[in-house]
Amino acid sequence: MPEISVTVNGEPHEEAVDDRLTLADFLRERLRLTGTHLGCEHGVCGACTVIVDGAAVRSCLMLAAQADGAEVETVESLADDHGLNPLQEAFKKHHALQCGFCTPGFLMSVTAALREEPIEDADQARDVLSGNICRCTGYRGLVQAVLDAGAAK
Amino acid sequence: MTMIGKSVDRREDDRLLTGKGRYLDDLELPGTLHAAFLRSPHAHARILAVDAAAARQAPGVVAVFSGADLPEIQKPLAPKVMHPKLKDFPRLPMPPEEVHYVGEPVAIVVAESRYLAEDALELIEVDYETLPAVASTAAALAENAPLAHSGADDNIAVTLVQRSGNTDEVLKSAPHTLSGEFFVMRGGGHSMEPRAVAARFEPATGQVTIWDTTQSPHYARQQLSVIYEMAEDDIRVIAPADVGGGFGPKAQFYGEEVVVPWVAIKLGRTVKWVEDRQENFVSTMMERSQTHRIEVGFDDDGHLLAVRDYIEHDQGAYCAGLQVPSITTSTVPGPYRIPNIHTELYACYTNMVPTSSVRGAGRPQAVFAMERMMDRVAEYLELDPAEVRRRNLIQADEFPYRVGIMFRDGSPLTYDSGNFPKLLEGTLERLGYEEARARQERARAEGRYVGIGIAVYVEGCGLGPYEGAKVRLTNQGKILVTLAAAGQGQGYETVYAQIAADALGLDMEHIEVATGDTSRIPFGQGTFASRITATAGPAVFDAALQMRERLVDTAAQLLGCDPAGLSFSGDRATLDGDPEKSMSLLDIARVANIGKHGITLPVGIKPGIETVSYFAPERAAYASGAHAAIVEVDPDTGAIDVQNYVIGHDCGNVINPRLVDGQVLGGFAHGIGNAMYEEPFYDAEGQPQAASYLDYSLVSATEVPPVELFHMHTPSPLNPLGVKGAGEGGTIPAPAAIANAVEDALRPLRARIDRAPVTPARISDAVYSAVKG
Repeated sequence: MPEISVTVNGEPHEEAVDDRLTLADFLRERLRLTGTHLGCEHGVCGACTVIVDGAAVRSCLMLAAQADGAEVETVESLADDHGLNPLQEAFKKHHALQCGFCTPGFLMSVTAALREEPIEDADQARDVLSGNICRCTGYRGLVQAVLDAGAAK
Repeated sequence: MTMIGKSVDRREDDRLLTGKGRYLDDLELPGTLHAAFLRSPHAHARILAVDAAAARQAPGVVAVFSGADLPEIQKPLAPKVMHPKLKDFPRLPMPPEEVHYVGEPVAIVVAESRYLAEDALELIEVDYETLPAVASTAAALAENAPLAHSGADDNIAVTLVQRSGNTDEVLKSAPHTLSGEFFVMRGGGHSMEPRAVAARFEPATGQVTIWDTTQSPHYARQQLSVIYEMAEDDIRVIAPADVGGGFGPKAQFYGEEVVVPWVAIKLGRTVKWVEDRQENFVSTMMERSQTHRIEVGFDDDGHLLAVRDYIEHDQGAYCAGLQVPSITTSTVPGPYRIPNIHTELYACYTNMVPTSSVRGAGRPQAVFAMERMMDRVAEYLELDPAEVRRRNLIQADEFPYRVGIMFRDGSPLTYDSGNFPKLLEGTLERLGYEEARARQERARAEGRYVGIGIAVYVEGCGLGPYEGAKVRLTNQGKILVTLAAAGQGQGYETVYAQIAADALGLDMEHIEVATGDTSRIPFGQGTFASRITATAGPAVFDAALQMRERLVDTAAQLLGCDPAGLSFSGDRATLDGDPEKSMSLLDIARVANIGKHGITLPVGIKPGIETVSYFAPERAAYASGAHAAIVEVDPDTGAIDVQNYVIGHDCGNVINPRLVDGQVLGGFAHGIGNAMYEEPFYDAEGQPQAASYLDYSLVSATEVPPVELFHMHTPSPLNPLGVKGAGEGGTIPAPAAIANAVEDALRPLRARIDRAPVTPARISDAVYSAVKG
């Protein structure tokens, strides 16, 4: 079993992992960071999106072993002791979530996108959101939340 | 009232936004074993032998059971809605002898991890004798069709007729008749969280605890108590606080829900099964596919005289219940005055995943057929489609309106309230209908294909038989509202706290809401059919009113005052606003609930502050709505550009407007999926061809067009809150509105749009057929 050393939400971990263990299962089962959800396990729905070395990735399509030496950020990293971050607040304000299962993936995709460039119009927001699927909200609240958070930056 | 009607922030959101949700697979269940199911690769086959010896020896495997190894639970899962004429074939939890669809469970492996369980699945050898299969209602009803179930006479599950007036005679004598054939494709629920079940047996008490992503925990417990022959009190079913969407399929009852807990009991270990997406495609119930052959008779002015609709309904491999086709038959008349109605239903068995309710539940198909015909009537008479609808709508002063046939709840189809003309006019006004027609003319002159589609509907919701609520003053001085209903993201913890807050006259912060646990409240039905606000809502309101009386009465006894002088300030019952003369909820609990061991209660105090109310509606309530769309179609590529979409929605009074908007808009996205994208294809042998999101298109943020939503509020007289249901209205008319708009756009070519989803390929075919003549 390969030994990996990975930093997750700022905390270093040294773990022996099975070759075939996915990053998603590593986060959920080994580290008990269950905010990262599995919706399709073939890379389409985006519920399992986390940030690895700055890039939004599908943790269902990446092996834990591939994360050796990487910095991983999950939804658990977003809020701090002072409460929700501005993006999370915007999600709440605009009713951008209902069942909440897809929400962590959306938050991580948008977080990565906002670090790259501001999101200024609805078309751009829809583009950023289009890598994730939500069955509950119909996306309007999500678009508004992204614009709101994009403007706040 | 201060909280009802207010767009309060959801109290669920903080945990869901921070990754602290408690979905089934997130629950900490120490020592859990993981299960995986071996599923039939054949649409119809006899199981001749199962050899699991190698699988049992595989690393990490604890046990393997095929259907034949668990004879004690091979009992039929009862259809939810029955009919005496239904030809029912037993749907067994894990059939030992014959399988009837690809994906039907054949064996279960329990292992130390899901990885190891899946490895072992590969080692199980099953000897099948494949049998002929049918994969459409057309194939099922064809002469000499193969039989979906060996030993059946034919593939018909039931034929049901609904009649009002004398349709046959009137159709013969009507000045005009038109007929059409329409098909709506299968579609799934596609909750982002798939189904999951975990179970733990307590040998010391003989009780089993089952965590289940169900919409109906009490229904699941009832089924399990029959199959396991166990007392219901020994079975605790918990729908976790967070369930990742339901949309109908999770309200059904499945073999996996029987097998997983039983295996946990047998092994004396906690066992968990979490469905993966591929399994979800082949084993979670779907809905939708129906063929309608509809004929309408009308006069020179476009007034409807009679409607006859022959409906083929795809029941799938088993009948999980007749709720969906029953709803279809009673949704056909919609918001129109139709003196003569005849619907005839042929529910067929096919060798595909069984069907049952998916958001909309039989209504989108009926609306599709009826609203397509309204456009055809307009076209035939060269009238405006909006005008034809206006002439036929039931008017605002005609409620309660008896349609003349029965609804699926067992009562005569009787619309309780509404204002259909105003709803339609409001929708058209916001769309800019007159201007859109002018714009359409200009576009046509330029050779562009712009179309306008309208669809109007009535939705039976708030179904009985009952739902209940228990309200308790806890020993911590909080008010706990307990519902049997299990939420799937609608915001129950917020909505029912709002209702209770108003009835109690207490701030929401003192009110907690618990849902979906059979051990907390004895009776319940479940969350389906847009029914909970209209059933559990009044129950919460009533139980909370009783609670207020108990609290005030107790405080008045202790303060020695008249209860009428008391009001709540914060968590204190206060006399005439004087903080010196007040008692906190905790003070009240200390006296009336906690008491002092062996010491007599103060005079006049009634112990044990808990109130309960069950609300049983007299009959269903009816929400209504109108959708209107402007599209431009490219006849060469078949691409549809939805340029403008307006939804008029009336679900009676509203508890939390922001959440209702969320329900309608989410439903609309689902409706756009059904209208333009979602198709779980099967080949003629019953092999699913779309079993991943690479083949089955769910809409993303870029596919859902911007939409304008407006509400009307005609309160229901059937419950004290005046509420109806809001979960499905966004979905129901969308396929009809889009199909109407596309056909309208292509009217210069006379292309016919008869099937949903309306995909580019279908549009190209329709254009080609029309041009070819």
